[in-house]
Amino acid sequence: MTHASFPFTALNPPRAVLLGGSAGASQPLREILSGLGPAFPAPVVVVQHIHEKAGGMLAANLDESLALPALEVLDKMPARPGHVYVAPPDYHLLVERRGTFALSVEEPVRWSRPSIDVFFQRAAQVWGRELVAILLSGANEDGAQGLAAVEQVGGTVIVQAPHSAQFPQMPMAALELGVGAAALTPEHIGTLLAGLQEGREHV
Amino acid sequence: MHEPGREGDVWNIEVGLLLEAIYQRYGYDFRDYARASVERRMGQLLQDSRCANLSEVTARLLREPEFFHNLVPYFSVSVTSLFRDPFFYQAIREKVVPLLRTWPYFKVWHAGCATGEEVYSVGILLKEEGLLDRATVYATDISQPALDTGKSGIYPLEIIRKGSVNYNESGGRGSLSDHYHARYGAAAMDAELSSRFTFARHNLAMDTSFGEMQMIVCRNVLIYFNEELQNAVLELFLESLDHGGFLCLGDKETIAFSSVAEHFTVVDEKARIYKKRVPR
Repeated sequence: MTHASFPFTALNPPRAVLLGGSAGASQPLREILSGLGPAFPAPVVVVQHIHEKAGGMLAANLDESLALPALEVLDKMPARPGHVYVAPPDYHLLVERRGTFALSVEEPVRWSRPSIDVFFQRAAQVWGRELVAILLSGANEDGAQGLAAVEQVGGTVIVQAPHSAQFPQMPMAALELGVGAAALTPEHIGTLLAGLQEGREHV
Repeated sequence: MHEPGREGDVWNIEVGLLLEAIYQRYGYDFRDYARASVERRMGQLLQDSRCANLSEVTARLLREPEFFHNLVPYFSVSVTSLFRDPFFYQAIREKVVPLLRTWPYFKVWHAGCATGEEVYSVGILLKEEGLLDRATVYATDISQPALDTGKSGIYPLEIIRKGSVNYNESGGRGSLSDHYHARYGAAAMDAELSSRFTFARHNLAMDTSFGEMQMIVCRNVLIYFNEELQNAVLELFLESLDHGGFLCLGDKETIAFSSVAEHFTVVDEKARIYKKRVPR
């Protein structure tokens, strides 16, 4: 995917950028987000499988290392541009139509809670084609169905290039499902996203 | 953004009409439940119902009470576990128990207790602290089948296994096995615990106060309500609490942005334990 085929620009930004990942996703996640700042024109939502005991740590680490604020989602928190939101462990993450987050302790889906599928499917319903959904490294198949749902509503779908992923099973599963996702390296994805804030620093 | 004619838009309208039909026909008010979660469960309901669309479900439930009653479980999430969030129980032991001791007798209301695992968890904690015989615990939920499970106090061993790990992390004083008897591949919780419990049906969206409580536990229930209903329920809790009484919420729920915030002080931020202020 080139800048030309990426449908969003600083003047026409997406409503949200979604990132799903599991084992081996922390490194590419950091790489992708490292070039973004508080002027980034959309909320960034991270659904990563992390151990329930590690609650709060991923958000705290991201907040420390990134130029834009990162926080773990609380019930009813609004999704605002220029912020990174991390799904809390042991809850499913959902979003309301007016753009506030919702949480649920319903049964895990594919042994996962949070489930990337559950959040991506809901985001597809709420934000439709104005979405960028990205699936990173992981040693399971969560997220493939969710990415398919985003593709179905016309959103932009990307997977981490399997050769660049520590655990390629997750991006592979989406491609094998037939999702027409661009397979890009974290560096490439980071560049595309950073392009969305060009000229916005002074807005 | 409103885009008339979108497929998703029709779905949203259908969900609203279904909730309205249930309210008008049967008096159950799910209209102020958090939509994201309701819609997800309506999706599951639609799949299971073999109806072509949600409007068809609405048409059927209006005319077939039995069909409706089979749908009720889709509106209540009965997922919980023993000693869920060990740090919560640790905070109760360290920060709430010393104050509970100052009451010769106290009442606990566990609102939205689902199948009762967390009621037994609190009961076990109180027993270990020597406070069980001073306590009366009211455990309420909207779902009768869930209450029946709680009342029976019988849980699969799988639940016990996971609960044991959490129990140990929560600062349990003995072993979880001190509090149940395993038989026929299941565990029956100690009857001494349930002798202090009263399980009763209560609908937080519609029913009124439950009397004056020294402690209210309502964890991961408010996440299923919208802001208006959350505020109404928090007002109900405020009204139902004795001065100096405790309110315990789920770890992603906060009263910080609610209409009752000024009436409480924070006992433990992470565990979401609050204390009702004594008027000056």
